[in-house]
Amino acid sequence: MLEKKNGKSDVIVSVKNLKMYFPITSGIIFQSHVGDIKAVDNVSFDIQRGETLGLVGESGCGKSTTGRAILQLYRPTDGSVRFEDSELTELKGGNLRKMRRHIQMIFQDPYASLNPRMTVGSIVGEPLEVHRLASGKARKERVRELLDIVGLNPYFINRYPHEFSGGQRQRIGIARALAVEPAFIVCDEPISALDVSIQAQVINLLEELQERMGLTYLFIAHDLAVVRHISDRIAVMYLGKLVELAGRSELYARPMHPYTQALLSAVPLPDPIAEMEREKKRVILQGDVPSPANPPKGCNFCTRCPSVERAKQEKGVDCHTVDPEFQEVEPGHWVACHLDG
Amino acid sequence: MAPLLDVNNLTTHFYTQDGVVKAVNGISYTVDERETVGIVGESGSGKSVGVMSLMRLIPTPPGKIVDGQVTFNGQDLLTLSNDEIRSIRGNKIAMIFQDPMTSLNPVLTIGRQISEAVELHLGLDKKQARTRTIELLELVGIPSAGDRVDNYPHQFSGGMRQRVMIAMGLSCNPQLLIADEPTTALDVTIQAQIVDLVKRLREEIGMSIIWITHDLGVVAGLAQKMIVMYGGNIVEQAPVIDLYKNSHHPYTMGLLASLPRLDEDRPQKLRSIDGLPPDLVNYPKGCPFYARCNYRLDKCADTPPQIKEIGVKHKVACHVDVQTAKWTTEHPYEEFNLT
Repeated sequence: MLEKKNGKSDVIVSVKNLKMYFPITSGIIFQSHVGDIKAVDNVSFDIQRGETLGLVGESGCGKSTTGRAILQLYRPTDGSVRFEDSELTELKGGNLRKMRRHIQMIFQDPYASLNPRMTVGSIVGEPLEVHRLASGKARKERVRELLDIVGLNPYFINRYPHEFSGGQRQRIGIARALAVEPAFIVCDEPISALDVSIQAQVINLLEELQERMGLTYLFIAHDLAVVRHISDRIAVMYLGKLVELAGRSELYARPMHPYTQALLSAVPLPDPIAEMEREKKRVILQGDVPSPANPPKGCNFCTRCPSVERAKQEKGVDCHTVDPEFQEVEPGHWVACHLDG
Repeated sequence: MAPLLDVNNLTTHFYTQDGVVKAVNGISYTVDERETVGIVGESGSGKSVGVMSLMRLIPTPPGKIVDGQVTFNGQDLLTLSNDEIRSIRGNKIAMIFQDPMTSLNPVLTIGRQISEAVELHLGLDKKQARTRTIELLELVGIPSAGDRVDNYPHQFSGGMRQRVMIAMGLSCNPQLLIADEPTTALDVTIQAQIVDLVKRLREEIGMSIIWITHDLGVVAGLAQKMIVMYGGNIVEQAPVIDLYKNSHHPYTMGLLASLPRLDEDRPQKLRSIDGLPPDLVNYPKGCPFYARCNYRLDKCADTPPQIKEIGVKHKVACHVDVQTAKWTTEHPYEEFNLT
């Protein structure tokens, strides 16, 4: 839960007006810049120390790009990312590398993110070497300890990634991230590639580690049930922008943005009786997500939004031309919509 | 009334360099007319190989259907000649796959791909086939179908491609539609569209459906009967409400308990299932779930449980009556590895 010091909340990561555009070029020899894919467009949020902020959205909405831009794995086009007292977007070279000791990442695909030619020991020990934290015997000792922490047998230290199952590989990825004792970890869909019965194991592990080490997570996922389970607050993204941000219970009990409402109602529950009820009230969005290279004018959800007409009648706003601002409508509940819920 | 599809003791093994992979080990179930059956299981549980076998789509070698009968409309599918099965496949039994991008041919227009089936099975000429194709695309909700029919797969989004696959599956009015994880690659709002579409078409066409998935959520609102597979066996089958509300197999119970729920009030710690699924090459002698089971008894280690009826249409393969029994072990997998 949120730790408050002196009655003031303690912000560990602060993202302001983050923009990440990828250029679209045309021509083979003389490449000209013809447009941008606005993967992340003006996103702002804070992460409190010790909390888990969930970031959900459909594929292509920019949630992974946001995570990577925070860690400076992509250099943001514009905006600021503050971690504790440093501005990450201004750091370079050695200073940035030093900073990475405190911010780490767990990747989605445990099959692609581990070097197949390195042993588990060298994968988990590499960050220790890079940051000169331990060497020789001490490093080996530390690696064993880390494997034990994530629930792997320390005896596996000389094995290669292919000898492990998906869930075990994800544990190796977690051990590697933990090696440098970070304060903040971006978890980019850490369980999407795993089977249902293994997902619960990894979720429980992440929660245990957070409690034990006081970690802060940015948890990126598309599975709303998982995000609800693990997060303290949840941010919903659509087409490069945040549409809603609220506390976990608040968001699920009273979603205000039409997209959040549709998203929540689209998730099928593993309960046939509850499903019969939900079936009647289900909001099924029409059409697909527009291309981020050519987002709609006005509100970027207007092409699929069921409430465009209502906004016009009640508020006299044309969603097709006016982009709603992302604002705090209630303490801790941010929404980008012309309507109020 | 005889069921539309009757699978009896179907057994499929793969003969590989590493040994015999026992992918499907004697599964039996029926599908009635107009019935939707959901098959759930994790990767490697044999759910896909099971239906691929009955369609005779198992690559041979290395695969081989070792035993069993599959009766569809009174015909045993496993003894038909290749020509005979080909006239049923895609005609009376249709299949849609998980990944619509890899199952569509990228160099043919979708119109060409759909009309191929109707020309072959229904004997329509080119012009009739094209009209029928456009009808089908309209049926599955593709806007301006008349123009889109000449597009290539890459010009469609993931959800639209899955609609094309469904149109192709429905082209010959199948009696049975087999859907192998059709929404797994799709986003949740698109998944809702596809599920809604399938429900509507099921009413209109009156077909039976086998819906394979690893997501216990999707099938809850869709299926009438549920089958849970583990390690190539059916461990539990029951009418949908019984399965979710009154499950009797430790694996089914474990799966349901390990799911975070969207409607939970206060998140509790998830109850995970310790350990990993069984190795299908060195197949366990007793119950396949033994190593991970909290309720196991000594006899479970060497006697595989037979599937038996415990309620109306409710069958379970377990030695223990889970509803009354107590846990015999707290950490089954750790203890199992020690011995």
